[in-house]
Formats: sequence, structure tokens, C-alpha cells
Amino acid sequence: MTAVTSDAPATAYPEVRKARNWLLIAIVVVLCVWVLLPIYLLLVNALSSPNEVTGFPKRFWPSFDTGSLAFFVNFAGVAKALWNSVLVAVFTMIMSIGIGAPAGYALSRFDFPGKEAFRFLVLMTRAFPLPLLALPLAVMFIRTGLDDTAFGLAIVHTTLALPFAVLITFSLFSGIPVELEEAAWTLGCTRFQAFWKVVMPLALPGIAASAVFAFTISWNEVFAAAVLTIENRTLTAFLLQSLNVSPLYLKFAGGFALVVPALIFIFAVRKYLFAMWGIANR
Amino acid sequence: MAEIQIKKVAKRFGSFTALHQVDLTISDQEFMVLLGASGCGKTTLLRIVAGLETPSEGEVWIGGRRIDHLPPRERGIAMVFQNYAVFPHLTVFENIAFGLRMKKLPQADVEKRVRRTAELMHIEQLLYRYSGQLSGGQRQRVAVARALAMEPDVILMDEPLSNLDALLRLEMRAELKGVLAASKTTTIYVTHDQVEAMSLADRIAVMHQGRIVQAASPVEVYRNPAARFVGSFIGNPPMNFIPATKATNGSWTVAGMTVHGPKSDKRQIEFAIRPEDLDISPGGIDATVRVVEPLGAHTLVTADVEGKLFRAVLDSTTEAKTGDRLSLKPKPDRVRWFDPETNAALN
Repeated sequence: MTAVTSDAPATAYPEVRKARNWLLIAIVVVLCVWVLLPIYLLLVNALSSPNEVTGFPKRFWPSFDTGSLAFFVNFAGVAKALWNSVLVAVFTMIMSIGIGAPAGYALSRFDFPGKEAFRFLVLMTRAFPLPLLALPLAVMFIRTGLDDTAFGLAIVHTTLALPFAVLITFSLFSGIPVELEEAAWTLGCTRFQAFWKVVMPLALPGIAASAVFAFTISWNEVFAAAVLTIENRTLTAFLLQSLNVSPLYLKFAGGFALVVPALIFIFAVRKYLFAMWGIANR
Repeated sequence: MAEIQIKKVAKRFGSFTALHQVDLTISDQEFMVLLGASGCGKTTLLRIVAGLETPSEGEVWIGGRRIDHLPPRERGIAMVFQNYAVFPHLTVFENIAFGLRMKKLPQADVEKRVRRTAELMHIEQLLYRYSGQLSGGQRQRVAVARALAMEPDVILMDEPLSNLDALLRLEMRAELKGVLAASKTTTIYVTHDQVEAMSLADRIAVMHQGRIVQAASPVEVYRNPAARFVGSFIGNPPMNFIPATKATNGSWTVAGMTVHGPKSDKRQIEFAIRPEDLDISPGGIDATVRVVEPLGAHTLVTADVEGKLFRAVLDSTTEAKTGDRLSLKPKPDRVRWFDPETNAALN
């Protein structure tokens, strides 16, 4: 991480180097504030009583009053929406790993015609904006009876999560030397046994991480959820629909319920996500 | 009985031919070393025997059974890999037991065999560690123990010592030789290290560009290289080569010296001599000294003969200086001749 400063020529004037450092620090601070400030406001308000949320002046530390959250949890429909969200996310998780991990394994272990094209296509699926696909999808889902079901929505979420599942598991399997599998073959394993006894135990933490990431993608997704469900809303769709007409403290509590699990999950699996992007993980 | 027969095995990767119809027979309990520079096809040949690579053509037989269509697990082989391939999620004990458990041996037998091989490789105190807690040398011991515990007909080793540091390599080399001789398995051992090959092998198969150039005992390979490549590859410093022109039928002119040689129709062939088979004596090859390197036991003299590099390993009492002219006389029975077109040895 010294690359930024060492790039400066050794002969640079100290003032120039100093200014450069200040600029760097300023950018870092702005970026941090950009990300952290909304989260901070969300936390403060979610953990304050309803009166404090609407009141002024604000306190720097929240009062840790669970009034807002309690009201939110007891709000009509929240429990069901929460259950739907979990259901869809679990379906998404299972499907994207079930399909993504074998694809990642194939990419890491085999040379086949069109391998590069396949990798490119996997990424390309993220190039189509969901709003563009939502209407035809909705029509098709209504025809096939998949509309307004957790499974139908999970299929859409799976297509969103799949590229990540493929790429994460690809880098995961690539990191496991093929000799380990070959050694297992020579020691009496079939291909499947070698995978199960040697590759799987080594890849499991990473696969779990990739599953959690798929869960988070589904958990956070709002557009498809809003278009494709009516009765069986997920939490995001439910909040989008009902909260623009509800009081401020309820919005904050809802946001809190959405953001916190996602944050915790992502934080737990960050090591593997960095690996996916090719950043060396320590 | 585990005689290995490799019959006309060829391997092509796309348009690149890694192996050209290789034939090789390795007798039961023999220690065969495949020696060659990287990219010569030695590892490919080993992997074909192991079943990790399928030959494009040809057959592989082990102990009178054709095995080239069988998966690795049904071949009665065990393999030791260059990077050890010790399973990181299992203890040393479970690593060694891995193959035995696949064979569904009773726990008591597994226990017994693991302890015996661990003792053999001197790793009995490491049985409950994980590979992350082991040094490179210890990992390699585990890998060898894991292969030995299988009691296979054939052990295949792919540069097993090349990741170890020099001192450890020396130690492991001697140990491997003892252990494998005692285990009475047929062994194929791949290496690019000629010293390793010479010290371990019953027979060395020297490979070059996808062909076996010579398969013979280490001494034979060293003394009587079947091809120019073998002479230039084996030996440190390598063999000296000088062009020889025909004087009369059966004698040749080499750098001003006339030597008895093979009868041939060719006008020009190549004269070859190992650096240690030269003495300072009148009537020899006329050489101008370029560099003198006293190495303790010997003195290595690099000289210029007809504009070509010419090395001589001389007695350490030799007092040659840069610029001196020496007459280097080859020992007559150590002179070898090669055909410059086919690169094959001439007799």
C-alpha cells in the first residue's frame, strides 16, 4: 500500500509530497464519510425513541430506545415480509451455489472450447438492467404461474447472484492445487470421491461465504421484488410500498432491519470477496 | 512381479508432440530414472503411466496387465508429487492412512501400516500434526510415507526433491535410495538433476525432445553416451566436442593431432572427450588457456581449441596460467566419436 507515495519521484519537493499526502487523506476521509454517514444516521435514528427521531436538536449518541424498532416489528405485514425475504434469499442461496459452484469448478479445472466466451457471458448477465427485463419476466411469470411466489422471485435473484457465485467459486477452486486431487486419484479415489474428500473440505469456508453473498444480494434486491410480488412481498418491496406513507421513525427502523444483516454478512465473508476481485487477502 | 512395459507411447497436445512413440521396459524392482531438461516429455511419460494423462497412441503394461485405459486408482501405483500434495485438512496420520481407508482396510491394519511407514520415514513424532505445521522436508517424508503405505507395485516420483534445499536434498536422496531398495517396488523417478539420477538409478533413461535417447546404467550413460546430447547433458563440466577430419581410413585429424578412430565414409565427424580424461603430455591437443579455476580436489582449466571452448579437469598441482599453451593428451580408451548429422555415436 506504499505504492501511492513511492510513485513520487525521489527528487520531488517536500511541499509537493506533503500536499499529495494531504490530498490522499482528504479523498479517503470523503469516501469514508460518504459510506459511513448514512449508516450512522440510520443507526442513531433507529435506536432512538419515536419522539427523538422527529425532535430537534439531535443527540450525537442514540438513546438506545427500542421504541421505534418495537413498533416496526409489530407493524402489520412486517413479520410476513421478513419471512418472505428469508425464504427467497435461502432459495437464491441454494440455487446460485448449486449452479454456480459446478460452473466455477469446471472453469478452474477444465479447458473446453468457448471457456473465455463463457466467462465473459457470465459477467455479461450483469450488463442488462433489471427494469428492462422486469416487464417481459412479469408477463412470463404470470403465464407460468410463477408470479407472486418466493420461488419465482428466487429464480430472478439467482440470475443476479450467479455471476458472483461462479467467479468466487472459480477463484476458490483455482486456489486448490490440482495435484491434491490427482494424489487422491492415485490413492484410490474416483473423481467424485476426490472432490468430496479433498476439494470440498478445503473449499467449504469459501463456498459458505459465496452462499452468504448470494443471500445478501437477494436480501437487498428491491426492483424485481417490487414488480414480481404483490401478496408475498419481501421486506424490501414491502418497505418500498408502505413506508413512503409512514412516519419517519418507522422508515429508519425498516432501513435498520434491512441494512444491518447485510452489513454483518458482508463483513463476515469479506476475505473471500476480496479474493474474487483479485486483491491479495492476508 | 511388476514389470512395466511402455509400448510405442505417443502424446500430442494439439500440434505439439510431447512424446514420439516411446518404447521402454522397466524390469521388476528396478529403479528407473527419467532424466532430461524441462520440456523433454519426462513428466508427461510419468503421468501417462500414472493415468493422469492419456496417451495419444501406444500401450502401457504393468505386471502383464494392460493398464492404459484404467483410471489411476486401478493401476496399482502410488505417486509422489513435486509439491508434495499433502492434504492440508488432514493430519499426517490421516494423510498416510488416506489410501488405506479407501481400500477399506480394518482400523487395526491401518494403524499398524501407518505407524510402520511413519517409522521408516522418521516422522512418527509428527503423526498428529497438520501439513501447515511441517517443514518442506517433513512434508516430503509424509508424501513418500503415504505412497509406501499403499504397498504399491510401482512407485512414481515426479521430481520429489527439487523443492528442497541442497543439504536436505542430499540427505533425502540417500534415504530414499535405502527405503525404496528395501521396499522392493519398481520405481520410476523423474528428475532434471543428473547427480540425483546418477546416484539413485539402476538405469537412466535420458530423454530429449520427446524421445528416449539412451536407456542404460548410470556408468554406461556416462562413459558411452549413445548420442551427442547425452554427452553434453550429463557430466559437469560436460563432454568436449571438436570436429575431426579424415586423415586416412581409420584415423582422423583432431586439432592438429592424429587419432585412431572409427572407419567411416564421412569426411568429417566429431571427436569427444570428457574433461577428466585429459592429461598434460606432449603430442596432444594444442590448447590456449583462458581461465584457471582451482577447485581444491582438481583444477578446472577452460581453454581455447580452434576457437572452441575446451575444458579439462586436471590435477590440482597443475600450474597453468591464462595465456599458457598446453598440450592435452586424451586417454585413448576414453575417446568417443559422433556423427555430426545424426548425432549418434560412432564405433
